[in-house]
Amino acid sequence: MPRRTMIEAIRDAMDVSMARDERVIVFGEDVGFFGGVFRCTQGLQAKYGKSRCFDAPISESGIVGSAIGMAAYGLKPCVEVQFADYVYPAYDQIVSEAARLRYRSNGDFTCPIVVRMPTGGGIFGGQTHSQSPEALFTHVSGLKVVVPSNPHDAKGLLIAAIEDPDPVIFLEPKRLYNGPFDGHHERPVTPWSKHELGEVADGHYTVPLGKAVIRRPGAAVTVLAYGTMVFVAEAAAEETGIDAEIIDLRTLLPLDLETIVDSVNRTGRCVIVHEATLTSGFGAELSALVQEHCFYQLEAPVVRVAGWDTPYPHAQEWDYFPGPARLGRALVETMEA
Amino acid sequence: MADAGMLRFHVPEPEVRPGGTPDFSNVTIAKAGSVPRPEIDVDPRDIRDLAFSIIRVLNRAGEAVGPWAGLLSDDELLEGLRHMMTLRSFDARMQMAQRQGKTSFYMQHLGEEAVSCAFRKALAPGDMNFPTYRQAGLLIADGYPMVTMMNQIYSNEADPLKGRQLPIMYSSKEHGFFSISGNLATQYIQAVGWAMASAISNDSKIAAAWIGDGSTAESDFHSALVFASTYKAPVVLNVVNNQWAISTFQGIARGGSGTFAARGLGFGIPSLRVDGNDYLAVHAVAKWAAERARKNLGPTLVEYVTYRVGAHSSSDDPSAYRPKAESDAWPLGDPIVRLKNHLIQRGVWSDQRHTQAEAEILETVIAAQREAERHGTLHAGGKPSARDMFEGVYAEMPPHLRRQRQQAGV
Repeated sequence: MPRRTMIEAIRDAMDVSMARDERVIVFGEDVGFFGGVFRCTQGLQAKYGKSRCFDAPISESGIVGSAIGMAAYGLKPCVEVQFADYVYPAYDQIVSEAARLRYRSNGDFTCPIVVRMPTGGGIFGGQTHSQSPEALFTHVSGLKVVVPSNPHDAKGLLIAAIEDPDPVIFLEPKRLYNGPFDGHHERPVTPWSKHELGEVADGHYTVPLGKAVIRRPGAAVTVLAYGTMVFVAEAAAEETGIDAEIIDLRTLLPLDLETIVDSVNRTGRCVIVHEATLTSGFGAELSALVQEHCFYQLEAPVVRVAGWDTPYPHAQEWDYFPGPARLGRALVETMEA
Repeated sequence: MADAGMLRFHVPEPEVRPGGTPDFSNVTIAKAGSVPRPEIDVDPRDIRDLAFSIIRVLNRAGEAVGPWAGLLSDDELLEGLRHMMTLRSFDARMQMAQRQGKTSFYMQHLGEEAVSCAFRKALAPGDMNFPTYRQAGLLIADGYPMVTMMNQIYSNEADPLKGRQLPIMYSSKEHGFFSISGNLATQYIQAVGWAMASAISNDSKIAAAWIGDGSTAESDFHSALVFASTYKAPVVLNVVNNQWAISTFQGIARGGSGTFAARGLGFGIPSLRVDGNDYLAVHAVAKWAAERARKNLGPTLVEYVTYRVGAHSSSDDPSAYRPKAESDAWPLGDPIVRLKNHLIQRGVWSDQRHTQAEAEILETVIAAQREAERHGTLHAGGKPSARDMFEGVYAEMPPHLRRQRQQAGV
C-alpha cells in the first residue's frame, strides 16, 4: 500500500472527492495556484480548473460566509482557514450560521461544508500559529468537530467530512503533517513513510465520523487523546511501562462515548490529554462524562494534562507543550492514587 | 504645520431630536426623471454620479417621467399596489396580534413597502434573496401564503419552522427567500457565495443580498463587497437606507461617506441610488441590476433611500430618540399613496376603488389570521412538539441528543 504524509493524504482526500462529485469546491487563502502554504491543495487547481479550486481574499468571514451561501445553493465547499488561530473572524458565520442553518430553517436550507484548519503547537509557532481552539467548536450545537492523528485517518475522515450533510470543523495538527511526533523534540523526526499509519490506500474510502479507535490496548489506565497527543501518550506509556489503553478520539463532536465508557469501566482510571488550555477545554467535558458514566468503576480521580492557561508562548515552547514526561508523571500519579 | 492643539472627538448627531421640528432640508432630492439610464454594460467609472443622486420616476403630479419609466403595465402596477397594501395591512394586524399577546414579537415595514414588493417582481423564478427581517414584501409579492407567515409568527402547530425561530424569521427556498438569521449582515456575504455557486455551476440564476443602513457597518458587508467584486458574482447588493438603525441615525454608520451607494465605488461595483418610496423607480433599477447580473456583467450595489415610519420593532419606542412627526416630513412621501396617485392619474384607479381594495385586503388578512389562529398562537392552542426541539440540529440525531431527548421525557 502506498505511504503518504498527512499533507499528501489530505490532498488525496480532496482530489478523490472532487473527482467523484463536481459539487465539491475547494478555496481559501493561497489555496489555488500556489497549492496552499502547507501544500495541501497542490495541483488541484491545475487538475480541476479555477472554478473548482481557487484563491480567496484574506477574509475568513468572507471565506466561510460565501461557502455557506454556496452550500445553500447546492455545492459542497471544502474551505481552508490558513491557521486555526485565524478562524475567529469567521466565528460568527460558523456559530450563528453554518451550525444553525438546518435547525432554524427546519431543513429548508442545509450547510454541508468543511472548514479545514491547521491546528496545534510544537512547531515554535508562538501565539498565533499554535492554538488549539476545538473547545470553541465542541460547545456549538450543529457542528461536527474532527481531529485526525495520522495520514490514514486524515484521508478517510476528510472524505467522510466532505460527504457529511452537516458542517464539519476539520482540525489538522500541523505538527503531524510530515511525520508522527511524540513530544521528543530533541530527537530527529521520523517521516510517515516509516510509520504503518502512513499507509494510505488509493481511491475512495472513509473513516466514519463519531467513532474513536483504540491505538494501544491496555488494562491499567485509559488515556483519552487526539491529534498529536496520541503519539505523546504512546511515548509516555512506553517510557513509564504503564499498561495504558490509548484511545484516539478522532471525532470530538459527536463523541464516541461508548468506546470511552467501555474502556474506563475496564481500567478504572482515566487520564485526559490535550494541547489546548485547561480551563473549559474539551478535557473538562470528557472528565465530566467519564465521571457521570463510570463513577462506580473509578479507582482514582480523573486527571487532565493540558496546555497551561496562558497564551501559547514562543521561547517556552517545550515548557508549555504537554510532552511525554508531563503525561508520564500524570500516569504514574494516577496509578498510585 | 497647523497649530497642534487638543484633539476633539467627533460623534455625529441627527439634526433633530424629540421635541424638535423635523427638518430634511439637508436631503437633496433629484427631480423625477432627471437621472440618466445607462446601458447595462456601462463602465462603473462612468456612472459614479449615480451613487450620489436619486433615481426617481414618479413626479409630484403622479406622472411617470424620464428614462427609467415605462417598464410596467397598468395591470402590473395595480398588482404592485395590492402587494404593498397587503403588506401594510398584514403588518397592522400582526402588530396588533403582538399587542394582544398572541405572539412575542413583530417588526413592521411601514413606509418601506415599495422596496421589497417592487424588487421581487424584477427577479426570475429560481433566483434567491438573502433578506433581512424587513423584506417580507418579497414573500407577499411572490404569493407566499399569508397563513403560513402567520403560523410562523404564532409559533403554532402549523409553523413550518416548528417553533424554533423568533417570529418573522421566515424561510422559503421554494419562494427564493433564504432563512433569516438574527445575526446582522451575515446573509450579505452568503448571498455572494450563492451567486458564485450559480456561476461556478454555469447556471442562469442570480442572488439578491439585503442589508439595512446600520448593518453596513458590519464586517460582512465589507467582505461581501470584496468577494462580489473579485469574482464578479451575479448578485444585486441592496442597501435599504431607512435613516434609522433602532435609535441610531444613519450618519453613525455612514460616517463621512457621501452616501451608502458610494461605498460600492471603491470596490469597482456600479452603484446606484434610488427613491425607495417610488415603486416604479425601485422596480426599474432592480431590473437593470438583475439584468446586469444575469448577463454575467457582475454585481451592482443599490441604495434605496426611504424612511422607517414605524418603530424599529414591537419592543421599540421611537419617540424616545426622534421627533414624532418626522415621518410626515419625509420628502419622499408614502410609497402606497404615490403609486395610488399615479394610477389615478393614469385613469386606472380611483379613491373609491382604493378604499374598497383596502377593505377587501383587510378581509383577506383577517381570514388568514382566523385560519392561522385555528392552529394556535404562542400561548394558546396547538403548538409544536417538544420533540421537534431536538430534531434538525443534524441530519441524523447523534447519540448525545438522543440521550437528552430521553431525559427531557419527550
